[in-house]
Amino acid sequence: MRSGKTRAALAALFTCLSFSSWALDRAQLEKLASDDNDEKIAAIAALVAEGDPKAADVLRQAAEGEIELDGKKVEIVVNNRVRGRIAEALSVLKLLSSNSSERLEAAKALAGGADEAMLPLILKAKEKETDAEIKALLEMTAAGTQIKSEDKATRLAAIRTLGESANPNAKALLVEAAGDADAEVKSEARRSLGAVEARLVWGEWLGLAFAGVSLGSILLLAALGLAITYGLMGVINMAHGELIMIGAYTTYVVQNFFRGTGFFDWYLLAAVPASFVAAALAGMALERSVIRWLYGRPLETLLATWGISLVLIQAVRTLFGAQNVQVENPAFMSGGIQVLSNVVLPWSRVWIIVFAGLVLFLVYFLLTRTRLGLYIRGVTQNRDMAACVGVPTARIDTWAFGLGSGIAGLAGCALSQLGNVGPDLGQGYIVDSFLVVVFGGVGQLAGTVYAALTLGFANKLLESWSGAVLAKIALLVFIIIFIQRRPQGLFALKGRALEA
Amino acid sequence: MKRRSFVSALAVAASIAAIGTSSTSFAQQKTVKVGILHSLSGTMAISETVLKDTVLMAIDEINAKGGVMGAKIEPVVVDPASNWPLFAEKARQLLTQDKVAVVFGCWTSVSRKSVLPVFEELNGLLFYPVQYEGEEISKNVFYTGAAPNQQAIPAVEYLMSKDGGAAKRWVLLGTDYVYPRTTNKILRAFLKSKGVADADIMEEYTPFGHSDYQTIIAKIKKFSAEGKKTAVVSTINGDSNVPFYKELGNQGLKATDVPVVAFSVGEEELRGVDTKPLVGHLAAWNYFMSIKAPANDAFTKKWGSYAKTKNIAGHKEKPLTNDPMEATYIGMYMWKQAVEKAKSFDVDKVRVAMAGQTFTAPSGITSTMDAKNHHLHNAVFIGEVKADGQFNVVWKTKGPVKAQPWSPFIPGNDKKKDEPALMADKKS
Repeated sequence: MRSGKTRAALAALFTCLSFSSWALDRAQLEKLASDDNDEKIAAIAALVAEGDPKAADVLRQAAEGEIELDGKKVEIVVNNRVRGRIAEALSVLKLLSSNSSERLEAAKALAGGADEAMLPLILKAKEKETDAEIKALLEMTAAGTQIKSEDKATRLAAIRTLGESANPNAKALLVEAAGDADAEVKSEARRSLGAVEARLVWGEWLGLAFAGVSLGSILLLAALGLAITYGLMGVINMAHGELIMIGAYTTYVVQNFFRGTGFFDWYLLAAVPASFVAAALAGMALERSVIRWLYGRPLETLLATWGISLVLIQAVRTLFGAQNVQVENPAFMSGGIQVLSNVVLPWSRVWIIVFAGLVLFLVYFLLTRTRLGLYIRGVTQNRDMAACVGVPTARIDTWAFGLGSGIAGLAGCALSQLGNVGPDLGQGYIVDSFLVVVFGGVGQLAGTVYAALTLGFANKLLESWSGAVLAKIALLVFIIIFIQRRPQGLFALKGRALEA
Repeated sequence: MKRRSFVSALAVAASIAAIGTSSTSFAQQKTVKVGILHSLSGTMAISETVLKDTVLMAIDEINAKGGVMGAKIEPVVVDPASNWPLFAEKARQLLTQDKVAVVFGCWTSVSRKSVLPVFEELNGLLFYPVQYEGEEISKNVFYTGAAPNQQAIPAVEYLMSKDGGAAKRWVLLGTDYVYPRTTNKILRAFLKSKGVADADIMEEYTPFGHSDYQTIIAKIKKFSAEGKKTAVVSTINGDSNVPFYKELGNQGLKATDVPVVAFSVGEEELRGVDTKPLVGHLAAWNYFMSIKAPANDAFTKKWGSYAKTKNIAGHKEKPLTNDPMEATYIGMYMWKQAVEKAKSFDVDKVRVAMAGQTFTAPSGITSTMDAKNHHLHNAVFIGEVKADGQFNVVWKTKGPVKAQPWSPFIPGNDKKKDEPALMADKKS
């Protein structure tokens, strides 16, 4: 196998040697394979300066840790410093491409400035460039390099150019330039820095807002099921977290089912309904067997469901082991989308926000536009009256509890994409879920939504300001005070049905 | 009739069994109990479970070769469940009820601090296999992981060097407990001694089991844009590392821009994380699975086949080894050698015999137990994450480094003795 591969590679090498008039400088290749990183970097610069199209192939191989020298594979150690230089060199080589989208990509990769050795090539590429967007990007790159120039005029020009940028790297360069010995350069750098910072601040706020919405969407998913079982039905279900866990483990099982089938990237399509059904069934079984005997006795319900949560945790431990299980993200959930130069929104979080919105809409539709929803509302508002007009209240209770549990299962499916899936998963969310429901106002779906988003934002704002540990404490203190002042929560249900 | 024959058959079987047990108990050599005190559930299970299996593998190996001084080792496994007070309870149980000769256990420093009084009170023996913050030498503990000068300091020095990217600004990120806090105190003092200003250091802590790293990564991004080259030193422990690295990859924070060096992340913790966006982020250890050495080939092969026969989840398909596993393995064999040298299982005698023990470690060097300070002399390696989740060694020390449990960067440590205080000294 390997010899065959080598031979093929050799043949490829010979063909390119014979067909191209260029031949890679052997001395440079030797330097590339040396142990000294300075030598390697010099060799990379030299290879690029030759402008040989074959250089890209060699550099790509080098990034993988192996190059070919005299037909033999030589292993080279590539660390971050060398890898960065290789990536830069490859981008510079791409600037010579005739494809404008490829050039744009390369220019974007170089936006943070480049090594001095690359400057002549970048300037050359800039001169030749016809596309205005790429040209502007290259100007930034050149300025990022020229800002370290010895010549004061060049430095000033570079600082002015960077002042137009919205790139965090430009900010870092300008901060450095603001410490320049020359007073004129210094003040110019300060001015540019102010302009860049003003632009970056938008990105920071946007990132914070997104983090808040993302956390809010997770809290919403976790609490929405509880808003039905606790908020509407009044069942204090301490096993709610474990229903979330069941959803997450169902996702894990479905994922294993899809592994190696070629449809792995689509396993979530099956996992979403499966986790809903699994958790809903578990919830209905719970309601039928335990909770229905305890309606109207909140203390006993609390104790019984807490016991059940322990049983469920231990059951999962026995079934799947005490260790976390790995749920892999499908390809469309990995990576992120760059919306601003300093804001990347991870796809997994974007999709979960969309998913939370979708679930919210479905629940709203179900409760307000369907017969089941009508019955549920009827039973929760006035059980006796509903029974009088012929609503099968016991069965509706089961269905409503199943719905709430199923939504918890959906939350588990979503959470498995972000965090760890283990037997204790639910424990971390039960407190947050109750917080959201109580804060939002018991018996109100809209309250839950507002509460989830408010708590998400508040948590992230505090976290960016005081750190994760203090933020958590501050939030809990805030909620204690809030509930003392306003026990009915953000939105109180007004109506005759609600006693107390 | 049938019934009677069944009864008589049962009697015969029982008598045979009785003869069997009595004859084995005649032939049976002595056994010696060894305690294993690692979390098999909770937030630390991700790291510690595999250490339990490593001890069991070493015990199997030693038993197959005749045991220790002719005695078969009998493992006693308990699960302290990532619950620090429970560690102390379980340790007491191992020492007083099971009467184990030695205990292999603990990962987090908070768990070690929790069991330490128990071991000192009952004069037990603990082998602690994980890198830690130093500031401790107990006569009842042997530390086979790295002290700060065998991991944290060299890693930071590397990142300061030209090859490491010449970092000038530092984010010290950790889980909120004694190990990260102390390590960061040492690192802050070290960085100051190298001329780094306080404004260029950012310290951040998260609770155990934290899973939302959005704001932290946004903060790191912002901090790195405020000046020269930034590097992150991560002392995040346990399963929080999975969401941390996922977020790091998703937010596109590349190692070439802001490298993250971790002290508690190895091959095992990165299992199940997509490492392609993480290529180039670093870890510092005294061992990597990718090290090329005959002792390591043998070690990884042994582990692979052991995992397969014992059906260890995850490892049976993809066996991984890491530094604490190696340290556990070294500890087990050094204890055996010390027992054989002392010709006794007595803790005080074994302790004396431990001094200067050597073992050909899987890392390719000969690890030596220091004559006095209960720590190993170990080589330091710095590795970069590869796309396959393994580490590519980019820097290493020339040879073994002696541990400095009392870091010179903490004031007052220069007066402390580089050996455990014995009871007599303590009383006076």
